Amino acid sequence: MTMTTTSTSTTSVRKSGNRLGYRFNVVGILGLTVILSWALVAVFAPLIIPYPVGEIVDLDYFGPMSHDFWLGSDYLGRDMLSRILMGARYTVGISLAAVTIACFSGVVLGMIAAVAGGWLDTILSRFLDALNSIPSKLFGLVVVAAVGSSIPVLILTLSVIYIPGAYRFARALAVNINAMDFITVARIRGESTWYLIRSEILPNIVGPVLADLGIRFVFIVLLLSGLSFLGLGVQPPYADWGALVRENIGGLPFGAPAVMFPSLAIASLTISVNLLIDNLPQKIRDRA
Amino acid sequence: MANLVEIRDLKVEATTDSGRRVEIIKGISLDIADGEIVALIGESGSGKTTIALTLMGYARPGCRISGGSVSVAGKNMVALGEKERARVRGTEIAYVPQSAAAAFNPAATIMDQVIEITRIHQLMSPDGARAKAVDLFRALSLPQPETIGTRYPHQVSGGQLQRLAAAMALIGDPKLVIFDEPTTALDVTTQIEVLRAFKSVMKAGGISGVYVSHDLAVVAQIADRIVVLKGGEMQETGTTDEILNDAKHPYTRELLDAFEPKPRGTAGPTEPAPAPLLKIDTLVAGYGPRQADGLPLVRAVKQVSLTVEKGRNLGIIGESGCGKSTLARAIAGILPAVDGSIHFEGRELGRSARERSREQLREMQIVFQYADTALNPAKSIEDILDRPLAFYHGMGSSARIARIDELLDMVRLPRNLRHRRPSELSGGQKQRVNFARALAAEPKLILCDEITSALDTVVAAAIIDLLKELQRELGLSYVFISHDLSTVQAICDEVVVMYAGEKVEQLASSELASGAKHPYSKLLFASVPKLDTGWLDGLDQRPELARAFSKAG
Repeated sequence: MTMTTTSTSTTSVRKSGNRLGYRFNVVGILGLTVILSWALVAVFAPLIIPYPVGEIVDLDYFGPMSHDFWLGSDYLGRDMLSRILMGARYTVGISLAAVTIACFSGVVLGMIAAVAGGWLDTILSRFLDALNSIPSKLFGLVVVAAVGSSIPVLILTLSVIYIPGAYRFARALAVNINAMDFITVARIRGESTWYLIRSEILPNIVGPVLADLGIRFVFIVLLLSGLSFLGLGVQPPYADWGALVRENIGGLPFGAPAVMFPSLAIASLTISVNLLIDNLPQKIRDRA
Repeated sequence: MANLVEIRDLKVEATTDSGRRVEIIKGISLDIADGEIVALIGESGSGKTTIALTLMGYARPGCRISGGSVSVAGKNMVALGEKERARVRGTEIAYVPQSAAAAFNPAATIMDQVIEITRIHQLMSPDGARAKAVDLFRALSLPQPETIGTRYPHQVSGGQLQRLAAAMALIGDPKLVIFDEPTTALDVTTQIEVLRAFKSVMKAGGISGVYVSHDLAVVAQIADRIVVLKGGEMQETGTTDEILNDAKHPYTRELLDAFEPKPRGTAGPTEPAPAPLLKIDTLVAGYGPRQADGLPLVRAVKQVSLTVEKGRNLGIIGESGCGKSTLARAIAGILPAVDGSIHFEGRELGRSARERSREQLREMQIVFQYADTALNPAKSIEDILDRPLAFYHGMGSSARIARIDELLDMVRLPRNLRHRRPSELSGGQKQRVNFARALAAEPKLILCDEITSALDTVVAAAIIDLLKELQRELGLSYVFISHDLSTVQAICDEVVVMYAGEKVEQLASSELASGAKHPYSKLLFASVPKLDTGWLDGLDQRPELARAFSKAG
């Protein structure tokens, strides 16, 4: 079995020019590993947390790192490790959902605008430009303050904020592809707009779009953490990483691990995503 | 006496993206005497430009001169340091690039750029340099030599800019000038003036030259000796007369054969067709906003009428900007015509492709000039050919696979090519795939928009042969658009000459040279270089006629 897979993969590599040759460099692998571990943590958090997240288990508050509490305890004496592991669910989950919605709608709208052109393009572009002109933090604050904070509201708000950027990016790429002769050929073959964007344009912009998705994910993680820090994100007793920083900000003068580690978690995730997209395999990056 | 240039066993290496080393010049030895013009000829990738650049001690990024010596006027350019090389460039060896438009800085006046070399090398005072530049402008027969230097590059025509690039090269009194395809981007009528100017200046100054080109007929006019290259190796060398009349090497003969127009044999069965296949009546098309009279601002096609009979081919010929490609786009419905009508097999077609039925779109296909932009780089050849089969004919998947094999056979491509991507094919192969995609629709008419212009002569000749063969087998008709008279002659029964958006004349392909009545057609046909060394000198062409029809004067 192993033999056959190896031989087929090598022949197909030779035949179709590195079809399966997704070669990463070390930095890219490092980034990917960190992201995957956080993803695993998010999925299996309830199984691996040593203490329930809401329970006060330490007699001390802002307790130091110890054998019982690896990352110390927070301002109420709750176990920090458990809270960070559970926080990954909110931070990674909400951001992932928001970035998926934002990039999917932005890229689809962008490609439609590029292919259709004319009044549709003008209306979409001006509308999304107008949306873009509202400062993202202010928009998030106003919406969450007005509607109240819940996870669906957070996801939708974050995705609406980042749709215009994804739209602009995809439209700029798609306009370039749209000017190529093979699009003209498909058009006068009588193909529909849907076929044009799905089969002719999307395969040619997927590399940059993936890179853009990574950057946008980082922005969303930071904005979500920012909102939570301001108290408008995930509501207690649950907390994402931003909320953890806010809760324990009082521990900062004592150098409590409770405020350091959520910050480190945010940093590790965002930096890893940046490392990964900067070091995507040549094969994906070349699809420009 | 030592020759001006002595190249001995020159080798140039290139490093590919995957880090592999490839030898692109494999041991070339070449001499150029004082005052001699040597042409390097070959198809793209033959290494002709690479060799020419080594004369300045330069190798393009990723390339490296890996062996041999290039001595120019006693200096070995390979061994010189970068500073010494810089001192030689412009004063002893000068370079005229292919695209003068890209070589000039659009933000500075022409005069400043022409005399820049004298300033860098401190050869003479700025006033002296300007006076010398004006003399050169005069020698290159540029209009208004005293004032043309004060203009900016966009204010002169392409042919004039190319001559100004030559003036820039000549101002430092070089011993050797390298011309890198200087007339390839020009129209034939402009090309003549430029060639004439180059030739007279070079002869008057006794300057040696290296003329890089793929066009044997152009080279025949200007070169004393021709070196035929292929794949980085010298195939044959000899005086121009020897090469043209007594070529020994099979590759040289192939090049010569590809040039000779093979007149289209018996013009297909002339059965009395009830209605012409395609009939265009007073078609008007253009760009820009509509004006008060309902016509667009720029009318690229003005009131053109023509007909294509079934099984016959119509050529459309004219210079760049004459509206021939716009005409093809209007016929195909890519750019909807604003006035006039298009009838296909007796039925009127919608002006825009959107208004046409799928069946109407299927029966008329178009093949574009640039083979690489017409193929989706993200798809395999199989997927590209698969789509029209599924779209137009609704074939099942096994029928499609079999049909793709047939199509690849038809265009003479190996079947195992189907899994490759367009970037893994050569230019000629890509154009064959484009053609196969058009054939997949089983059309009655194929619009060929300059399909051979971006290809090498030998490759283009093979494509033309393929087109003829397919026509015999499938009973197709072609509308063949080109600026190249010999390819049009090779495939078409009738030829339409276009000038400034209008149809000037329609002639049978056999009587092109003799039967032309309109002065523009005469000028155009007379401007096509012939494989004859005396053609340019013996050409009796009234310059005022050429000027009357050249766009920017």
